[in-house]
Amino acid sequence: MTTRIYVSRDSTALAFGADAVARALEAEAKKRGVDATVVRNGSRGMFWLEPLVEIDTPTGRIGYGPIKPADVPALFDAGFERSNVHGLRVGPIDGITFFERQERLTFARVGITDPLSVEDYREHHGWRGLENALAMTPEDIVKTVTDSGLRGRGGAAFPAGIKWKTVLGTESTQKYIVCNADEGDSGTFSDRMLMEGDPLCLVEGMTIAGLAVGATQGYIYLRSEYPHAFRALNAAIANAYAAGYLGADIRGTSRRFDLEVRLGAGAYICGEETSLLDSLEGKRGQVRFKPPLPAIKGLFGQPTVINNVISLASVPIILDRGADFYKDYGVGRSRGTLPLQLAGNLKHTGLVEKAFGVTLRELLYDYGGGSYSGRPIRAVQVGGPLGAYLPESQFDTIVDYEAFAAVGAMLGHGGIVAFDDTVDMLEQARYAMEFCSIESCGKCTPCRIGSTRGVEVLDRIRAGIERDKNIVVLKDLFETMRFGSLCAMGGLTPDPVRSALEHFPQDFEVRA
Amino acid sequence: MAKSANRPIQNPAPRDMLPPDVSAKVRAALDANRERPGALLPVLHAVQDSVGYVPDDAVPLIAHDLNLSRAEVHGVISFYHHFRTHAPGRHVVRICRAEACQALGARALEAHAKKTLGVDFHQTTKDGAITLEAVYCLGNCGCGPSVLVDPDELHARVTPETFDALVGAMREVSK
Repeated sequence: MTTRIYVSRDSTALAFGADAVARALEAEAKKRGVDATVVRNGSRGMFWLEPLVEIDTPTGRIGYGPIKPADVPALFDAGFERSNVHGLRVGPIDGITFFERQERLTFARVGITDPLSVEDYREHHGWRGLENALAMTPEDIVKTVTDSGLRGRGGAAFPAGIKWKTVLGTESTQKYIVCNADEGDSGTFSDRMLMEGDPLCLVEGMTIAGLAVGATQGYIYLRSEYPHAFRALNAAIANAYAAGYLGADIRGTSRRFDLEVRLGAGAYICGEETSLLDSLEGKRGQVRFKPPLPAIKGLFGQPTVINNVISLASVPIILDRGADFYKDYGVGRSRGTLPLQLAGNLKHTGLVEKAFGVTLRELLYDYGGGSYSGRPIRAVQVGGPLGAYLPESQFDTIVDYEAFAAVGAMLGHGGIVAFDDTVDMLEQARYAMEFCSIESCGKCTPCRIGSTRGVEVLDRIRAGIERDKNIVVLKDLFETMRFGSLCAMGGLTPDPVRSALEHFPQDFEVRA
Repeated sequence: MAKSANRPIQNPAPRDMLPPDVSAKVRAALDANRERPGALLPVLHAVQDSVGYVPDDAVPLIAHDLNLSRAEVHGVISFYHHFRTHAPGRHVVRICRAEACQALGARALEAHAKKTLGVDFHQTTKDGAITLEAVYCLGNCGCGPSVLVDPDELHARVTPETFDALVGAMREVSK
């Protein structure tokens, strides 16, 4: 029997040279006459082990990592196909503490299956949600999603079921499902990992959404910075069409759903849903006034469900296992699981899918292992460039939308970026304003001009020019941007700045 | 008025100022994408992928073909960071400037890159080898500083030393 060896094709694994490792494994197996095939899977989400090599052995699937091409002959010498000991053997992945304490629902298959194989997907519980949905009324599908408590995972945390219900209830000959895959927040990569590691899960989730609201066309709006996800999605969609899971006659039911990937072009604002829709229509990605809501007048003026990748990819398991199964995870009004992304200056970075309720401290230290540099962690930015910086005193905040809001922070898309004590918080505050000035769509003045003024004011504070007066100006600017901006970009840019000023005031003092 | 509004408006085709090979690429990009709803971004991507940039002289052709104004096409090209209107160097090096990479030394890497290459962002080195670009997140936030070379070659944990090696290798190959 052919032995399966797994090497990830995830972007981060590729950045560490996974392609060369895969080639070396294939060449060495051939040279030694070993009957083996290399499967290019997603990443398990433990980046310090990448490139991770896993192999099916008589005693189960065993991992070795991080592996360099030069390590490959020694792996064969040690008899790794028989699970023998080798210096880089990490054993069964399920047994690694970082991994075994996770609750992987949305990411159940990522790093395990061949991402492009429709068969492999089916063998690992894939398509079950869709099969259930095909036998349900649209109302029942929407009710299941509503009852699961699923809230939008892109950052705004709006209940997915309510959005769907609005689209279902709006009459139109053409409706759309749009997936927001413009994952621009620094510190986030769960969308990318899901699209590279289990793209069929997104295909299934979007198809179910189409059945639920009566939409026959879906678009995945993918950021152009994700070339590997683009390839994986296109290949997975082609395979799904070939197997009858997409197209005019889904699995012989005469139901239709077509799906296409569209590339963005390097504009952070296009992660804002109305900008994204304008961009999909071939225009400048400028924010629209709301109302009308996209659910009523969205893409090309038609009723549109627009959800984040993780929201849509969580739908198959909800339709497979039921609303109650999903709802049983989590705390308060944050139900289910959130794929958290450990990033920045942490020793063990990667993906941790956990039920809501885990503390930031557990994530930073129990999972993340503390800082990468070995220095104390001073500040943590959660929720991307519009998220607040949290000081050590707030590390016991639990992962819950409301708990984060209560401390003036934002959970957002679940990205956690740690900084050690060498960080200059005035510089971070300035960068937040600079980023907004670079990425503002320009439609509203508080965002476009406010961010530019913000950079100037912070430069004066740094230079010690009328420091106290400029702090007053800065705080006034927070108000203007927060309440005067058209969307969350201008509205939330003050948050990282305000939190830096509030929790790290010493960095804003006049410097000697 | 109502009558003329129903008639398809067809302005005379603009003069094609592009070199023949570039013109063929632009027309191929239009042929492959014009029927797609919201075709402009797919067209611009296709032009940039085959030509390397979106030449100014392509704007009238694209506008005419998609029944848009030149201003609309120009507005879209200038809105998105990804599209460029001049030929890049032989390689494009994108350095991530975002927070997760900053936490691991991206600011120092950015300064080092600008100094050693002698260029600012959006500029090309004198020998035409490298165009330096800023990028705001490559999704490699666990293992920064991150650098993307050309369309899809991602590098993790890039230090000034590994950056120099990377650039050196690129210059060697492209000589």
